[in-house]
Amino acid sequence: MKLARVVGTVVSTVKDENMQGKKILLVRALDASGQVTGEPFVALDSVGAGVGEDVFYARGKEGSFPWHPQPVPSDASIVGILDPFNFPTRESHTGTEGTQK
Amino acid sequence: MILGRIAGTIVATRKDEMLRGKKLLIVQLIDPETQEAKSPAAYQVCVDTVGAGARETVITVSGSSARFSSGLADHPVDSAIVAIVDTIDLHKEEEL
Repeated sequence: MKLARVVGTVVSTVKDENMQGKKILLVRALDASGQVTGEPFVALDSVGAGVGEDVFYARGKEGSFPWHPQPVPSDASIVGILDPFNFPTRESHTGTEGTQK
Repeated sequence: MILGRIAGTIVATRKDEMLRGKKLLIVQLIDPETQEAKSPAAYQVCVDTVGAGARETVITVSGSSARFSSGLADHPVDSAIVAIVDTIDLHKEEEL
């Protein structure tokens, strides 16, 4: 998986039936230190992520698997949300080693 | 997935048997901020599965996930249009 930040949303009424009821978000890739690097692209949300949150997402065919066996046509789906103020590679605000709690 | 705009239609009489009856469109990738086409090099030939029309903004899915869109199971296709975009709401860096 890769890290990303949610930077926006996309609304679409006419879409593949298996995309109905799923949130379409705009995300930008993050590098390992949490800096935004990539251009915005589209990812489906399977865990309730919101704009501004740091997340990680699965790419390719596995992008469809959060809803398996439903054939969802997604090549990028958010499968996890990072806890705030606890970025894995950065000293977290509590001063402890930046390990994932 | 990637945002794009319909830039043209492909007409191909001789093609893979499974592509018969499929609408093939050229989708030019757009920059979500300006909604302008990026460059002529950034495009996809996509199977349209939602009835997209000329110049509409769409979402395309690539790779084997494209075969999960309706009617494309086991087709020789790695890119499909799966949604027609109504609105794009992109937050500025400072707003986050």
